[in-house]
Amino acid sequence: MPTIYIDDQPYEVPEGDNVLQACLSAGLDLPYFCWHPAMGSVGACRQCALVQFRDEQDTQGRIVMGCMTPVAEGARFSMQGPDASEFRSKIIQSLMLNHPHDCPVCAEGGECHLQDMTVMVGHRKRSYRGRKNTHRNQYLGPLVHHEMNRCIACYRCTRYYNDYAGGTDLAAQGAHDHVYFGRQQDGVLESEFAGNLVEVCPTGVFTDKPLVNDYTRKWDLQSAPSVCVGCALGCNTSVGERYGKLKRIHNRYNTEVNNYFLCDRGRYGGNFVNDESRPLFAGLRNQQQRYDAIEQQQALDTLAEWCGTGRRVAAIGSPRASLESNYLLRRLVGVENFNSGMADHEAALLSQVHGLLASNGVVTPSLQQVEHADAVFILGEDVTNTAPRLALALRQSVRSKAFELAAELKIPVWQDEAVRVLAQQQRSPLHIVAMSDTRLDDVAASTAAHSPDDIARLGYAVAAALDNSLPAIEDLASDLQSRAQQIADDLRSASRPLVISGTASQSAAVIDAAAAIARALSQTDKMLSFCLPEANSLGVAMLADAQQPSFSELTRRSNNGEIDTLLVLENDLYRRAPQSSVEALLKNAGKVVVLDCVDTATMSCSALALPTASFAEAEGTLVSSEARAQRYYPAFLPAEQRQPAWQWLKQMGQQLQPARFDPLPHFDDITAACAADCPALSRIAEAGPNAGFRIRGLKVPRQPHRYSGRTAMLSNHNVHEPKQPVDEDTPLAFTMEGASGARPGALLPFVWAPGWNSNQSVHKFQSRVGGPVSGGTAGVRLIEPQQEVSHSVLPPQPVFTASDAVLWLLPLHRIFGSDELSARAPAVAELVSQPFIQLNTTSAHRLNLNEGDYAILSWADTRCEVQVQINDAIPDGCAGYGMDLPGAAWLPPDTHASITAADGGSDV
Amino acid sequence: MSDRPLTININAARDATDINGYEATGGYQALRKVLAQMSPADCLTAVKDSGLRGRGGAGFPTGMKWSFVPMDNVSPGHKYLICNADEMEPGTFKDRLLLECDPHQLIEGMIISAYTIQADVAYIFIRHEYHLAIKLLKQAIADCHARGYLGDNIQGSGFNLQMYVHSSAGRYICGEETALISSLEGKRANPRAKPPFPQVSGLWGRPTIVNNVETLCNIPHILKHGGEWFQNLGIGADAGTKLFGVSGRVKNPGCWELPMGTPIRELIEEHAGGMQDGYQLKGFLPGGASTDFLVPEHLDLAMDYDVIGKAGSRLGTGTMIILDDQTCPVGMVKNLIDFFAQESCGFCTPCRDGLPWSGQVLGDIDSGNGIPADLKTLQQQVKFIGAIGNTHCALAPGAMEPLQSALKYFADDFQQHIDGKACPYCDTPAVAMEA
Repeated sequence: MPTIYIDDQPYEVPEGDNVLQACLSAGLDLPYFCWHPAMGSVGACRQCALVQFRDEQDTQGRIVMGCMTPVAEGARFSMQGPDASEFRSKIIQSLMLNHPHDCPVCAEGGECHLQDMTVMVGHRKRSYRGRKNTHRNQYLGPLVHHEMNRCIACYRCTRYYNDYAGGTDLAAQGAHDHVYFGRQQDGVLESEFAGNLVEVCPTGVFTDKPLVNDYTRKWDLQSAPSVCVGCALGCNTSVGERYGKLKRIHNRYNTEVNNYFLCDRGRYGGNFVNDESRPLFAGLRNQQQRYDAIEQQQALDTLAEWCGTGRRVAAIGSPRASLESNYLLRRLVGVENFNSGMADHEAALLSQVHGLLASNGVVTPSLQQVEHADAVFILGEDVTNTAPRLALALRQSVRSKAFELAAELKIPVWQDEAVRVLAQQQRSPLHIVAMSDTRLDDVAASTAAHSPDDIARLGYAVAAALDNSLPAIEDLASDLQSRAQQIADDLRSASRPLVISGTASQSAAVIDAAAAIARALSQTDKMLSFCLPEANSLGVAMLADAQQPSFSELTRRSNNGEIDTLLVLENDLYRRAPQSSVEALLKNAGKVVVLDCVDTATMSCSALALPTASFAEAEGTLVSSEARAQRYYPAFLPAEQRQPAWQWLKQMGQQLQPARFDPLPHFDDITAACAADCPALSRIAEAGPNAGFRIRGLKVPRQPHRYSGRTAMLSNHNVHEPKQPVDEDTPLAFTMEGASGARPGALLPFVWAPGWNSNQSVHKFQSRVGGPVSGGTAGVRLIEPQQEVSHSVLPPQPVFTASDAVLWLLPLHRIFGSDELSARAPAVAELVSQPFIQLNTTSAHRLNLNEGDYAILSWADTRCEVQVQINDAIPDGCAGYGMDLPGAAWLPPDTHASITAADGGSDV
Repeated sequence: MSDRPLTININAARDATDINGYEATGGYQALRKVLAQMSPADCLTAVKDSGLRGRGGAGFPTGMKWSFVPMDNVSPGHKYLICNADEMEPGTFKDRLLLECDPHQLIEGMIISAYTIQADVAYIFIRHEYHLAIKLLKQAIADCHARGYLGDNIQGSGFNLQMYVHSSAGRYICGEETALISSLEGKRANPRAKPPFPQVSGLWGRPTIVNNVETLCNIPHILKHGGEWFQNLGIGADAGTKLFGVSGRVKNPGCWELPMGTPIRELIEEHAGGMQDGYQLKGFLPGGASTDFLVPEHLDLAMDYDVIGKAGSRLGTGTMIILDDQTCPVGMVKNLIDFFAQESCGFCTPCRDGLPWSGQVLGDIDSGNGIPADLKTLQQQVKFIGAIGNTHCALAPGAMEPLQSALKYFADDFQQHIDGKACPYCDTPAVAMEA
């Protein structure tokens, strides 16, 4: 570690850093704008200037930019000297020439990096007498609000949006002091990661539109560390609340997981929590088939009656509910009566994935490791739509080649522009074989779309090319054979190859082929990652027990009248199985009790509906697709009778089986019991600090120091300030008082440091800039690669032959719409497409269908009408089906449907 | 052996020299000699020995610049030579003369230069408004292909070179070599941070040399006659001849090839014919709009890079803009600053926002709305923007040069504007840029 001198003080700094990084890591407040820890340096804003001296004798020195200057042993700088300070002050004054004085009405106010830096530099008096430049704002869609006059032209937005996230519709336009950052014309930002502009922009040009429309200042938000429930990646989030409403979700830094960025489903999808249709009270269905709101105790008494001695009770858990809730439900009804909440096919896929992760001998990478992969092969997934944040990580992985080239020329990795210029279009190989085109195709070395059977066959061919002890795929077309060879060669010659597959193709063979490829690789740093459907899919798969009845077994029992009471936990069964079979299950099951935080079709079939708390109002543990157990904490107390599902279940248990449930009074007790009962989950208590955790004897406050108006919030009801609620289940407190400073990454409700009101303050919590949170990275990995056990591959799939009569409906997921909860958030709902089918031109022509027409799909006893989209990436004999979109019929695996034009054509 | 090699084929009364005319006066003999007898290393030595310094304005030794290009071929791929013909420095019109009168001189220079660095692709990045030159260059390149001076296996040497003319979209900043490269790649014409230098990672991330038109035009003569001959062309410290120009209220504005080291007085008083009747010389920008003013006391200085540098300015492009005694220096500087502010790429703060700020202050002073504190503001701006390293590229520091020297030499004029709350030259329209 070199030593540098700043204002004559020696600092040991990390080798290879730039001086700005070194200063920030050393705790010095050097202002900056354009530099970003994940995006490196370009030297645009000139704010991080210091004076560098040649040696001890040099008293003049010269201005250098901290972000553009590598650290070097013995290098001497002045940060506080008059020249450096005056220069930085001039920069701020220049940036403020055209900046409007609209902080009071700006959504960034109070967490504005520009405000912070202006104060830090001490610019108070304006001497510029000219007029301010103004710009027209653009409509950028429902997620991001645009206010261009505030721009200080730091270029972070385009560098993030285009260079980092691969967007193409946001650009720096114009020149000199009229540079304009926007789209070529008004319109919805196309990138699925556009929301990060809100956090990347150092001022209020790009702000969170749903927040702007229902605004609260950062200092007035009560926040909690949370985990995104939008997909299985488990991105860490910070949920902010005011007046009982979720106001916004921000990124919570986790160096191994989401780093600095979220996807837009994660950032904006949480607003379903504010949906007024969410149940508030326990509801008991009356004679008129309507629900009567009942008291909590009456609900529990009813449950006690329905689940008491002699009643045959079964329960269905949920991959979107916490481990604790699932575990308590299982404990309540017994393993032999508990199903994880997935239909047989999905459960089998998850069980297969779990088995492979545990015994394949291959690392399941964190997103951080994904970013460093130097050859990637994706089988069957459109990652942007099934595990969105992973796609952003993969976009970084293809830059491994660029960093290799830069290392040869000794260009530091943070020299962003220089590294990009050097590498241009040279990328590490990314090969994609999916069911249609994907949003990563633009950075892929090769892309192809096939049916799941053919994807699996190609995968096995790649495995066979890597390991000649594996059976060759005989009847593979020659172009596919050479593609397989190319992919195998790229994977073989990489240092950190990564194979990605998942459940999206609903194919066990695709998953098996991916695992076979990973096993066939010889590198120690080889990686295998699976995209999984829901926030706790892997968690419930790990909780699963061999004695558990399958979904079809439960259905059989119900249809045979063997279930008196069926408990359904946070699960809409109509998204799991065909409508007719779910209807039969629920109809024949005696009493159906549904616990959920949202109103679903399943809840509408219940005899008793219990309102549960959402992720924002409850604590729980989720296991991500990386097998990382992570804890989320409530940001606010749930309204009325809503309470965490585990609370309902605990109360039921205490009433029904006091001996088994009384020892579990608190959340941590349940986590511990789950860990004890399930060896695969034995470490979940380490997912986050427990309720007894204290920092210097203090809990962690959810409210910032400057939280205002707490006494006034309820003054329209009562002028007395109520006692703040006591949180017995977490180490967080509903107060402004408590521990500040360093804490575990799992306990960062919000980031703030003196002088750093914006999210840039996160570096104050890092061990070094861009490094792990100094209190420890959130979450615990439950599966580390074990000695590989011997595997045999599944028998090869037959060649898929297209049929004229029916088309194979391939499930196409959508970031906006395919996820149950986020699609209920109003801003996301605006972006959800209606149910659709994608046909290639050949199929469309044969069926006499055109773009925008409506088509009738028929399979089994399902008939549904969807809109036609033409997409020539769809393989022959197949059609893409918009999976799980609101209003779309549930699609069973391996569905082959007949397709006809809807009556009345396209004006339906 | 002419002592005015650059203009040997240039005659204002004639059309441009075509390939026949060029060959008739010894054209392409240097290229034939190089390809037949010299290795790239020999050529580099010759150019180094000649003491040739870049004629684009910065005066960097050409041979040294070329020597940074990796020649080991460990990283196979293209190397590029780019001719910077984006002549947009206000008051500068020397490259235009070379381009419009003798395009083959440039092309021969480029082929030899490309051979020296073993570039296989060359671009002429040319100012959009130079329509005639673009036409002539395209014709010249076609003629070269026909005679085997361009294309594959040039003159049987095994050396290949493709050459393209790229017409710029017209931004001053494209004259900055890294901005030029960005523009050529189809990106915003933003300059790039150095290091890495273009010699290592330039166009498309490959080793690239960018040279000014006039620099490249010198190459055939150096290779033909040798470095010593070239050294001896200069009459002062620097080697060779150079095109010098004069614009402003002189009797005979124009452009002449003169030995390096020629006294300024000779250029202005003899070649340009001295000031127009009724006008006195008040000052001049010796090398284009982005150089510091010099004043009559400097007239006897030799036009050498270091001599002008020691006097506090830069030789720059060697094309002088004359300030006469009836033109307002404040107005002239404001005009210049407004130009540079307009031409800022908008990337770094001091340039993007600092130049308009300076322009606003100058505008207020010029229109009689200045206040005494404005002079301090301008001094601060000069310090803030004026040093290389404070900004992303050299545009804004260049823009500060006329301002800082005007504040020094014409302080009284600034003071009069502020004290009198009006422009003392208001009877004379403030048009300083007429050639």
